[in-house]
Amino acid sequence: MTMNVLLFMVSCILTHNFIFSRFLGCCPFLGVSSKVETSVSMGLAVTFVMTIASLFCWLIYHLLLVPLDITYMSTISFILVIAALVQFVEMFLKKSSPTLYSALGIYLPLITTNCAVLGVATLNMNEGYGLLQAVLNGTFSALGFLLAIVLMAGVRERLETSHIPACMKGFPITLVSAGLMAVAFMGFQGLVP
Amino acid sequence: MSEKKSLGKVFYNGIIPENPTFRLVLGTCPTLAVTTSALNGLGMGAAATFVLVCSNIAISLLRKFIPDQVRIPAFIVVICTFVTMVQLLMQAFVPSLYESLGIFIPLIVVNCIILARAEAFASKNAPLASAADGLGMGVGFTLALTLMGSIRELIGSGSVFGLSVLGESYEPMILIVLASGGFLTFGLLLGVFNLIVKKIEKKKALKEVQAA
Amino acid sequence: MSLRISTAPHMHNPLTTQRLMQYVCIALLPTAAAGVYYFGMPALTLLLVSMASAVAAEFLWQKIARQPVRIGDCSALVTGLILGLNLPASAPWWIAMIGSAFAILIVKQLFGGLGDNFLNPALAARAVLLASWPAHMASSAFVKLSFYRAGLDTLSSATPLASAAAPEYPYSLLQLFLGQTPGAIGEVCKVAILLGFLFLLLTGTIQWRIPVVMVGSVFVWTLLLGTKMLDASLNTALTAVLSGGVLFGAVFMATDYVTSPITPFAQTVYAFLIGLIIVVIRKFGIYPEGVTYAILLMNIATPLLDRFLPQKIYGHLKKEAK
Repeated sequence: MTMNVLLFMVSCILTHNFIFSRFLGCCPFLGVSSKVETSVSMGLAVTFVMTIASLFCWLIYHLLLVPLDITYMSTISFILVIAALVQFVEMFLKKSSPTLYSALGIYLPLITTNCAVLGVATLNMNEGYGLLQAVLNGTFSALGFLLAIVLMAGVRERLETSHIPACMKGFPITLVSAGLMAVAFMGFQGLVP
Repeated sequence: MSEKKSLGKVFYNGIIPENPTFRLVLGTCPTLAVTTSALNGLGMGAAATFVLVCSNIAISLLRKFIPDQVRIPAFIVVICTFVTMVQLLMQAFVPSLYESLGIFIPLIVVNCIILARAEAFASKNAPLASAADGLGMGVGFTLALTLMGSIRELIGSGSVFGLSVLGESYEPMILIVLASGGFLTFGLLLGVFNLIVKKIEKKKALKEVQAA
Repeated sequence: MSLRISTAPHMHNPLTTQRLMQYVCIALLPTAAAGVYYFGMPALTLLLVSMASAVAAEFLWQKIARQPVRIGDCSALVTGLILGLNLPASAPWWIAMIGSAFAILIVKQLFGGLGDNFLNPALAARAVLLASWPAHMASSAFVKLSFYRAGLDTLSSATPLASAAAPEYPYSLLQLFLGQTPGAIGEVCKVAILLGFLFLLLTGTIQWRIPVVMVGSVFVWTLLLGTKMLDASLNTALTAVLSGGVLFGAVFMATDYVTSPITPFAQTVYAFLIGLIIVVIRKFGIYPEGVTYAILLMNIATPLLDRFLPQKIYGHLKKEAK
């Protein structure tokens, strides 16, 4: 059991990294990765939301959509669940932990339209994961996102002092860096049988 | 909008001046993920265009009824309805394309281009103009995806739209159709696009100086 | 020109970029010579093609971008040579050409040229080649037949580690040490690599820390984990250190100033983690060898290591004293 969880974790974080192999969550990855501190906050906020979104979407799908035979409503119900969750988390954090709220607050609305969240809920559904596996998939995949965005932020802070050609500044060089990072991540292929 | 723009101008705006992929850099996930072949790029673009046009029209029609506070959730519901329609239609009529685009069809819901156009254009303009805007943006997106798909397919598999172009002896650079190739191709294309735009602007500025 | 590579550990050493690069070239000579000796003309051709295309790519970029042409600093030459040494002798010439062009143009110049690249250009190019043309990068059947044990002459794999089909490990430690095994041109002959290492140490071009910690880490982790085909034992650990690109990577690629951490403590962590990743990829991954990927991954983490690890091991005490 522990071994399986460990393998699943390695698979989600390294082998099937959300950014470098699945292309989910690229917008915040490219948009919010210019500073290490903000990227850590963004990554943590995403981890938080992805974990609970995996839980609630799984429950909605298996306890509501499947019994009623309206699984074609999955996308619309997932996005509503996610939007409601994000709103709820925002209110909850504001009340209970103002420090955490001030750190994560501005990223929360962005997360609704982060395709990683809807993506993980849809993946869980397509792969037919059980509840525990779905929630773990949410957490571990989000940690993979966290790793990717923090590494990217480190590289981008370094690039700030570089003499990059004018036409490559900003998005282009960030994408090329991401491409080269994805090449390096290919080394983790096959880590999980 | 203070001055009325012609429909043609609104349409053209999305193709070059505000091309969602190359100028605004929105909707990067599908751009990177599905452009492993020209056909996939075209299919994704067409699906997104359909959703974009329909949702722009619907939101424009409803713009006076949607309260400002809940407009974002309302937009998402509208968009989501059309995405589900596309999903079911594709599943029924082009199942192979549906398979290869996979998870990125339902993810059109969270494609920033569509929500951005709803917020920035459709919620403030008449239905006809909104349709033109949606069509322009959609065609711009489709062109960009098809271009990237063609380039990646050409280098990565030696063909375009499935037709072998470079011949038998060409040894395809597999990397380009893998994940990292998506980032690299997109980054380099953006760089080239920036270079061209800069050249054009320089020429314009030069002409203006000469005219003055 | 500014020398942004004159970072902390080398302050006392007033070496110019050109001089440093010349030293690296000299240190690579025995390795290149051994490669040509073992693999013959194809190896020589590949090395020349990759060096020429690297220098040509640098020249062309600097002409087109209207920058001062700096091919005289030998850095492109070194990149080309290291890339060539990373190829199997059986690779076609165009692989060397594309690899060198990619290394110089995309990994180095797009990021601003020498000192601004965040990845080692030769290694990144090698990883790209490996992903793009796996068949060409894996085979190296050019080893002289006399070096094989009977019946093994059909073996063609990137490194001895890949010969999973063989019931027992086909090479003795001595063979590994001398380089009588298949593999990339530059990585086989360990004697030559150690000669180069000695030269680099004596001239003060590199410090001992990264290579020693990295090799030590591979040794320790293999001792604990073993490899795909061999159980953990002292012999396995020695074999692991002498196989594949560990020594070559440790001496010539992990030590690249531009892409490795500055402070001694961060360097230690960096080298230790490279060793760990190598062993993990060798044991669990689909690739037989992980040196390239391990060094690249730690290149990526280098800015974070430099930033978040204490300047000195006891740095936090100093902070308290303030």
